Amino acid sequence: MPQSLRLGAAVMLYALALVARAGDVAPDPLNSSRWHDVRRALFPGQPVRFDSRVEVTAPATAEDSLNVPVSVRVTGGLEARRILVFAEMNPIVPVLEFEPLRVSPYLSFRMKLQQASPIRAAVLDAGGAWHVGSAWVDAAGGGCTAPGSGRAAPDWQEHLNEVQSRFWSHPQGEDRLRLRISHPMDTGLAASIPAFFLQELVLTDETGAPYLRLKVHEPVSQNPVFSFDIPAEMRAGHRLRLTGVDNGGNRLDRVLE
Amino acid sequence: MDEARLECGLILLALVFAIGLLFPWRAEAGEPDYRLAPRQVAPDTWVFVGATEDFSPRNGGNIVNTGFIVTPAGVLVIDTGPSLLYGRQMRQAIARVTDRPVVQVINTHHHPDHFFGNQAFPGLPILALPETVRGETAEGGAFADNMYRMNGDWMKDTEPLAAGPAPVPDRLELGGHRLEFLRLAGHTDGDLALFDRTTGVLFAGDLVFHDRAPTTAHAHIRRWLDSLAYLAGLPFRVLVPGHGMPSQDALPIAQTRDYLTWLDASLRQSVEEGRDMADMLRDPIPARFDGLALVRKEYPRSVSHLAPRFERAVLEGVRP
Repeated sequence: MPQSLRLGAAVMLYALALVARAGDVAPDPLNSSRWHDVRRALFPGQPVRFDSRVEVTAPATAEDSLNVPVSVRVTGGLEARRILVFAEMNPIVPVLEFEPLRVSPYLSFRMKLQQASPIRAAVLDAGGAWHVGSAWVDAAGGGCTAPGSGRAAPDWQEHLNEVQSRFWSHPQGEDRLRLRISHPMDTGLAASIPAFFLQELVLTDETGAPYLRLKVHEPVSQNPVFSFDIPAEMRAGHRLRLTGVDNGGNRLDRVLE
Repeated sequence: MDEARLECGLILLALVFAIGLLFPWRAEAGEPDYRLAPRQVAPDTWVFVGATEDFSPRNGGNIVNTGFIVTPAGVLVIDTGPSLLYGRQMRQAIARVTDRPVVQVINTHHHPDHFFGNQAFPGLPILALPETVRGETAEGGAFADNMYRMNGDWMKDTEPLAAGPAPVPDRLELGGHRLEFLRLAGHTDGDLALFDRTTGVLFAGDLVFHDRAPTTAHAHIRRWLDSLAYLAGLPFRVLVPGHGMPSQDALPIAQTRDYLTWLDASLRQSVEEGRDMADMLRDPIPARFDGLALVRKEYPRSVSHLAPRFERAVLEGVRP
């Protein structure tokens, strides 16, 4: 009798271990060949799970590999400390890192895609676990190694780091902010064009208190356009200011009207 | 035992023959066949009607309409199709209709499904608008990469060959056919339509789509709508769209106009409300466009083409 009990306990333990292991290496819903390598590289030893509350929207096919529209929205009350966006088949895997400090866990932007790839958003929760949402985008390719058309414009240097912005008030109690920054965002992978890209953007109020931080990598499209949603009560009575710097040390600083 | 085996073998052999009879093209190794069958739409006037599909290894890129007019002074060819093979098989199909030689070729615009057969017409003048020649030269290589990727073997030996430098006349009298060349734009920067006053046939190129969603990779919608208004005012008897069935009424023009008007207004409004491209990708397409083939594929592509332009305008206060 005690022996069979011991056996039963061992079987249960084994089953539990199996379940835990299965949780640890949750199967990739997109079945990408690079997922496990990228997971180990980006989140070594950290808990990672796929989570439908992290919504990544992108077209099924990239019509323009230099400008693939992507949006990430975190829903269902999942707390987002950081949002890491990456495309594991790109020669440069990380796309951006977003800390939505006082804004909604939402952003949209456009990116370059070298070939068909999953686009992932990994959301770090308050407990240190990562929650991943994905979308598969098919692409003819060339996005990262093709020179941007912006270089062909003779006056691009004159407009470097210029910011255009606009707010929209939404009835749901959030204000949408859309920004366009003039920058070539060169990846360094196109022949004879060195890497030259925006690295950091911070949105603050007039006292310098940050609303959001964005770390930008090479795959973000040239002349980036970003959208953010800011709860109306957070914005009320404040003048927001965007500061940033590129890898050439060029700064931008702009009060948003 | 041996007898049973023999019987099995015979049955198998019979099956192989039967399959060979049913699917004759399987038996011919070598070139794939577009099976181009010209449809007569008016006296002297034939059209090769392509599938309203996307490029694929199954259709070999034959998703386009091309055509020809037979006159005593020779044959005029309108667009040359998606590949060298298509161009060659088109010439063979024309030769089954008439023994008169091809004397003149036109490219309605610079998209690869309309000019990649140019190689099959060596030594012949190929007429196109200057914008078309520029586009064929500048973008031909990138188009070729895509066409080989999407259509596969059918593209063998195809190289983009731009139309010749000869200027497009306004009018041409060819073997008793009074032809008018209409310099329009909107689907691309240069869209050449051909109106045969003698037969009343209007070759509209890709300014007109019929039961197929219009494509907008190089479109300027307002110029396109102006071109459609112009075409609608012509006294044509037969309308040959760039994609979809030829018709005897202006319905394809109305259809193309309705879709483009909706697309333009819907995307502009979205951008003016601060919405993202991702929001637009999820927007429903009105049910009245359900009959347009590929609308669910073309709409997201059009969002990618058009929304960034409108966005710039909204953020910079510039008219697109």
